Amino acid sequence: MKKLAIIAAAAAFLGLAQAPTVQAAEEVEIPSRDWSFDGLFGTFDRAKQQRGLQVYREVCAACHGLRLVSFRNLADLGYNEEEIRTIAADYQVEDGPDGDGEMFMRDGSASDRFPPPFANENAARAANGGAYPPDLSLITKARADGSNYLYHLLTGYQDPPADVEMMDGMYYNAYFPGHQIAMAPPLMEGVVDYADGTPATVSQMAEDVTYFLTWAAEPHMEARKIMGMKVILFLLIFTGLLYAVKRKIWADLH
Amino acid sequence: MSGLKTNNRAVKWLDSRLPIVSTMNHHLVDYPAPRNLNYLWNFGSLAGIVLVVMIVTGILLAMQYTPHVDHAFDSVERIMRDVNYGWLVRYIHMNGASFFFIVVYAHMLRGLYYGSYKAPREVLWGLGVIILLLMMATAFMGYVLPWGQMSFWGATVITNLFSAIPWGIGDALVTWLWGGFSVDNPTLNRFFALHYLLPFVIVAVVFLHLWALHAFGSNNPLGIDAKGPQDKIPFHPYYTVKDMFGLGVFLIIFAAFVFYAPNYMGHPDNYIEANPLVTPAHIVPEWYFLPFYAMLRAITFDISIPFTGIVLIEAKLGGVLVMFGSIILLFFLPWLDSSPVRSARFRPLYKQFFWLLVIAAVVLGYVGAMPPEQPWVTVGQIATAYYFIHFLIILPLLSKLERPKPLPASISEPVLRSGNQSTEKA
Repeated sequence: MKKLAIIAAAAAFLGLAQAPTVQAAEEVEIPSRDWSFDGLFGTFDRAKQQRGLQVYREVCAACHGLRLVSFRNLADLGYNEEEIRTIAADYQVEDGPDGDGEMFMRDGSASDRFPPPFANENAARAANGGAYPPDLSLITKARADGSNYLYHLLTGYQDPPADVEMMDGMYYNAYFPGHQIAMAPPLMEGVVDYADGTPATVSQMAEDVTYFLTWAAEPHMEARKIMGMKVILFLLIFTGLLYAVKRKIWADLH
Repeated sequence: MSGLKTNNRAVKWLDSRLPIVSTMNHHLVDYPAPRNLNYLWNFGSLAGIVLVVMIVTGILLAMQYTPHVDHAFDSVERIMRDVNYGWLVRYIHMNGASFFFIVVYAHMLRGLYYGSYKAPREVLWGLGVIILLLMMATAFMGYVLPWGQMSFWGATVITNLFSAIPWGIGDALVTWLWGGFSVDNPTLNRFFALHYLLPFVIVAVVFLHLWALHAFGSNNPLGIDAKGPQDKIPFHPYYTVKDMFGLGVFLIIFAAFVFYAPNYMGHPDNYIEANPLVTPAHIVPEWYFLPFYAMLRAITFDISIPFTGIVLIEAKLGGVLVMFGSIILLFFLPWLDSSPVRSARFRPLYKQFFWLLVIAAVVLGYVGAMPPEQPWVTVGQIATAYYFIHFLIILPLLSKLERPKPLPASISEPVLRSGNQSTEKA
């Protein structure tokens, strides 16, 4: 019992220490959705991840990089080697220098990473009215409650309330800190044509791309949770045994 | 040494030339410990185990990490994505830092509650405070290494504290610490070197800490000295098995964080690569520094000679002095609290003030995480004031004024009288 009290106290302290940090970082309350990757047994959803990849490639990738993800990583989404080669070959990658000292462009291969949409930050800002579209490799871990935040950001575009003065070239978004975001609403109904026939509603695309980017930020999540289950089961049994041994050894003292 | 009984000739041969086996036997097996230690005494050995875990995972990470501003962030992500089980090693190290502080804070609070710092254990306590300071330096520099936004801005804020030192020394000192005119590649390089070095210094001080501990043996929940052999039991098997069980409980909680909430105690901004041109909205340190951060920010006013306008201590320097002073103060605790009774169990007033101190520390932690606005500034100032009043005024007064409850005659007396029941009601 005493130990439980200590654990509870430690947990309460952590909770106290953590809660305000999160609170301070957010100005808007972000509603929670149900995600298949939540919880102790959470897994990703291959179909949604694959559709999310399509949304990323056809919509987001115009401005946002994914520089930490390699094409070979797409095997996690259920693609075979042939399919990965085909996806990679859609991209042109700079390589070199060749024998003459020249850089050259070639088709992407499985070991390449997703090529950046702009040569550098200045080029990105020049093409986006001064705003810098962030790389999306870690986006769901780089924002508080990232997956929920991302989904609601993508679906949170609204007409500004009457009392809000919008700056030039900004769009009103209910979930973006400060509500004025330089990114135009990226998702329009039917902007992608899903191969599996799923209707491409804004909400569907936002959900799919959130699945894809949550995986991109934490690709080993499934392995982590499976291992955690084994480790904790082992520890529960082992600790139970140790408790029995402890009782037995201490019995002769009393 | 006489304690070692063995017929193994190889062991005898070695031990007569280097008495390592009998020394280990003396300190880890036969070592007599009070028979009434409760589970709060588990945190010492637990801290030692966490230190080893941190060193082992840290060395593995260092093999894959690149301490360069252009590569540090990506090398950590490479560990997370491409290195076999790199995510596991890194999450253990990351959460291990937090759990190291949880364990050590529990260990210290136990020492405070049961008066473990009092004579003859003043040096033992002082060595513990040195370990805490080394841990803080190590943790701070380790947090800089992934080169995320909080790494960079945390390093900038904390190193800038030294610029508060007057007489023209401060700014020069900060430039010297940085190895340049801002936190940059030289800073990252030296922080990596020191982050690798300091844990081994901690190991050395831990040995001194254990040496000092074994000079008089552990304190105990009653805070009275052992009267004879009936008050003590050999460390092995009684406390080895008890520590192992405690370790199992600890590992379950630790694993729950590592596998199911690995980023709970981190800050999302540290998954954004450091950018000297973009300041985060709120710069907050890791949770274990929040109470000290709150004390740093509590001094919002210059301290000057009344009616003259002569400033003695500027607010910034005052905050720095208060923050470092809050830990330096602990070195003097054995002399600030001169009550001959150790355990709070027999000190009814001290017990209440102890819990007030714990509340003040938790409040400071909360304030440290809030933006520096009202009402948090005032709340932080009150809690900071209590922290210092507790040690500098209340403890010396209590030593004089408090009437302690009668102490039991010996450790074994209440233990044997209460039979199988737990004697721990505090």
